[in-house]
Amino acid sequence: MSDWVEACAAGDIDEEDVMRFDHAGRTFAIYRSPDDEYFATDGLCTHEKVHLADGLVMDDIIECPKHNGRFNYKTGDARGAPVCVNLKTYPVKVDAGKILIRIG
Amino acid sequence: MAGIAIIGAGECGGRAALALRDLGYEGPVTLVGDEPHLPYERPPLSKDAMTGEAPAIKAIATDALFAERAIRHIHSVRAVAVDRAAHVVQLSDGSSLPYDKLLLATGSVPRQLPMLGLGSRCVYLRTFNDALAMRAHLSAGSRVAIIGGGFIGLELAASARKLGAEVIVIEAQPRILMRGVPAEIAGIIHKAHEAEGVSIRTGQGLAAIADDGKEVAIALADGQKIVADLAVIGIGAVPVTVLAAEAGLAIDNGIAVDERLRTADPDIFAAGDCCSFPLTVYGGRRVRLEAWRNAQEQGALAARNMLGADEAHAAVPWFWSDQYGLTLQIAGLSDEGKSIVRRDLDDGAFILFHLAQDGRLVAASGIGPGNAVARDIRLAEMLIAGRAKPAPEALGSQAVKLKSLLAA
Repeated sequence: MSDWVEACAAGDIDEEDVMRFDHAGRTFAIYRSPDDEYFATDGLCTHEKVHLADGLVMDDIIECPKHNGRFNYKTGDARGAPVCVNLKTYPVKVDAGKILIRIG
Repeated sequence: MAGIAIIGAGECGGRAALALRDLGYEGPVTLVGDEPHLPYERPPLSKDAMTGEAPAIKAIATDALFAERAIRHIHSVRAVAVDRAAHVVQLSDGSSLPYDKLLLATGSVPRQLPMLGLGSRCVYLRTFNDALAMRAHLSAGSRVAIIGGGFIGLELAASARKLGAEVIVIEAQPRILMRGVPAEIAGIIHKAHEAEGVSIRTGQGLAAIADDGKEVAIALADGQKIVADLAVIGIGAVPVTVLAAEAGLAIDNGIAVDERLRTADPDIFAAGDCCSFPLTVYGGRRVRLEAWRNAQEQGALAARNMLGADEAHAAVPWFWSDQYGLTLQIAGLSDEGKSIVRRDLDDGAFILFHLAQDGRLVAASGIGPGNAVARDIRLAEMLIAGRAKPAPEALGSQAVKLKSLLAA
């Protein structure tokens, strides 16, 4: 149920940036915040299933590259039109320089 | 309390209605639309709705959501007159709708060919019902002539090819996408269409078009004749202003509003495709935008200002187009630029930065596979909004992150 999966090395993601991670037929987005914490969400925007990893991270917000739907990637909260459905988030831990996410 | 009436239930009107409730407004909100549908997103009409097996509406709200938020949606009804003195809108079903504040979000309609008597095989695309009518004549092997090499025409050309139709695009101008798209990027799109088997005839005026309900016979200015099963006409859009004009409001390439989206009547606002407004970021240049995001942003802004926010429209124009695997995104108005700096990205994607005489970044036009240009175009949009004058060498070098220029 609570498998920790290795996604990438901590240094693979720049600060205030995002990376795509595909695993077992699913796609995720892994974020590194400006204050150097890591987060993970589902990889696709809840509006039109666009890969969020092509989008822009500003502070706590990931913005969809296609239609500018915004989410708080720490909580998954949708932040206004055109997105109305929240993004699922996943626990993340850093272990020996590796980023692990728990895919429930 | 009469409440707020919104005329036009497209992206703009629909978003405005929802925004009023998000802002905590508790008075009556009435949304009037002449289509039978809930407010829906129009961008998919030329793309997924055209190529999907069963075209479906992508509504921006459900009846349940409107009910929950106490938004009254009156569909299949037009507004026929506004009595400004009485603060009442007359509707085509004979009823009257009183208002405290009125938002005109009447949108635009396709510009019509001057030829008369076109039948069912000559179609325009604006509504979902238009898309269904068009889809009925599109299949593998059907012959499609597209009049107009603008975004609607080219997106439909790509969709028609996906369905296996034979496609010819006829454009009167010397190249496709003359309005607002740099020649270099239009050239990439032109080549992509030709590689996919579309025949593009530029610099070709239309001499005659006849539609007998079964076939369309087209004669070009140079004498060429084309026979098609379907002619799609995409030669631009015109704002719907008659209601405002008859109410005595000023029209200037759209319902004329100030940067706060107000007409001269303090209780009437206009937003979206139907209005022209001064664009703050270009020193108040009056523009009218036909774009999804603008409709959304202005709907929300009009909602705020109807509730007293007194906020100017500060957004930078932005739009996108998808054709085959390519996505184009443009932020700003490229005709404000005097020089161009090119930035190459991975996978053949690139961005053209348009700089004014004084070095200010005024627009960015990008094209590439998938969403390859999205992030940098978004950053460029922020630089444009901030009236930045980034060093051309920095813009041109992929090694320099655009984000690093934001703080500068």
